[in-house]
Amino acid sequence: MIETKSLSYAYGLGNFIFKDFNWAVQQGETWAILGPSGCGKTTLLYLLAGLRLPSSGEVLISNQVLTRPRPHTGLILQDYGLLPWATVRQNASLGLRVRNFYGPDGTHAPENYLPHVQVDPWLERLGLVALADKYPAQLSGGQRQRTAIARTLALQPDLLLMDEPFSSLDAPTRESLQNLTLELQAENKLTLIIVTHSIEEAAVLGRKILLLSTPPNIQAEVIENLTANQPEYRNSLEYLHLTQALRIRLEEFSTQEPAQSA
Amino acid sequence: MNRRDLLFGVAALLILWQLAAWIVQRPILPAPVAVGAVLIKELGRGLIDHFLVSLWRVLASTMLSIFIAAPLGLILGQSQRLNRLFSPLVYLIYPIPKVVFVPVVLLFLGLGDAPKIVIIFLILFFQILVLVRDQAANLRPELLQSVRSLGAGRRALFRYVYLPASLPAILTALRQSVGTAVAVLYIAELYATQKGLGYYIYLNGSTLLNYEAMYAGIIAMSLLGLGLYFSVDWLEHRLCPWQYVS
Repeated sequence: MIETKSLSYAYGLGNFIFKDFNWAVQQGETWAILGPSGCGKTTLLYLLAGLRLPSSGEVLISNQVLTRPRPHTGLILQDYGLLPWATVRQNASLGLRVRNFYGPDGTHAPENYLPHVQVDPWLERLGLVALADKYPAQLSGGQRQRTAIARTLALQPDLLLMDEPFSSLDAPTRESLQNLTLELQAENKLTLIIVTHSIEEAAVLGRKILLLSTPPNIQAEVIENLTANQPEYRNSLEYLHLTQALRIRLEEFSTQEPAQSA
Repeated sequence: MNRRDLLFGVAALLILWQLAAWIVQRPILPAPVAVGAVLIKELGRGLIDHFLVSLWRVLASTMLSIFIAAPLGLILGQSQRLNRLFSPLVYLIYPIPKVVFVPVVLLFLGLGDAPKIVIIFLILFFQILVLVRDQAANLRPELLQSVRSLGAGRRALFRYVYLPASLPAILTALRQSVGTAVAVLYIAELYATQKGLGYYIYLNGSTLLNYEAMYAGIIAMSLLGLGLYFSVDWLEHRLCPWQYVS
């Protein structure tokens, strides 16, 4: 589904975040990208979204080289993604209205797209019907994020990218949205890639975890976590062992950091 | 402001005026009742035409400034390069009180509506330009990125993000400067015209010495300013309801 081939990305001259970075994601997989701040997690996600372009090498999605945002990829950010002047319903239908605006041209909208603005099933699925006429300022953080999810899923993506989507939420809301995300991933057969700085979140959501360290990232360090996404996983021994192992690994990165960032 | 507060404010103003008239006891400050009677009489004798001429000048310049300043503000707000190029110029001209250009504009444009419209246009233009530009430039990059990820290119970003974002900026600019605009309209209507409330007030006050009619003109001009201010307020509530939710 996704392949990065000798991907390099640099800020300015020679400030490499990724260098000859090779990594692959199969269709329907659930990945968490974990690493300390400044490791390039968000940069990688933006590269996958087509919002940034590699300095060299390429990103392939469904065997196509990515040069711009792709209609079947959904992106959800931590915050500020909703239009403040639009209601929940208008925000949820924004992606569809953008598609209707261009028509099925293959770049902004899929070629087989039939114009519509029907988002009610998604508002229902995400428990937003009662809030449909409210503005983002009137919503809690969790409700805002559910609106962003409805907006993205209404476009029927096959790949969902999320950047720290739940980190500004309180713990119970975060857990319920994590569970909801996994349900939606399974229902819609999505390939899910979620960027997080939280070890617990990576362990709960990622059946595979990509660990990034202090840049430049050259080798993809992948941790398999195949028992994740099971009910009661949060209380299991595997979860405890994995979070401990990840914590140790991240601490190793932070002790390397002073030498490398100088 | 709710209706009760407004009524109370009007009543307090009328009482203060009446008290002042009693104390001063001179023809240059007639009582509100006398002025009210003259106002009604004068409306039938041409005051309404002066009012409409002034209203037309304000509305025409408002429309003109919105249609020219808002797109320019959006362009500058979107392009850092253009903004860097033009911001020193805007920075220099913005704080100049545009009323000092009244004689210059009159010299260039002469008689008629055009110089009045252009002067008010100058005031509103820079206000709208700066506010729309800053609004567009300060849109959060996260918002723009997430809308781009929905498939929006430049045109759709314009339609669904920049355009609606500029609306409150335009209305804020109008609310801030509509008072100044009417004040400058008064100055502009003192010259080279025989139409408009400025002319009417000045004519009755200084030439005809009809002080009651002069005050009737002042009331008409106040109503013009208030009416415009309330209209902008009403438009803001109608067009930007999201700014008023708790």
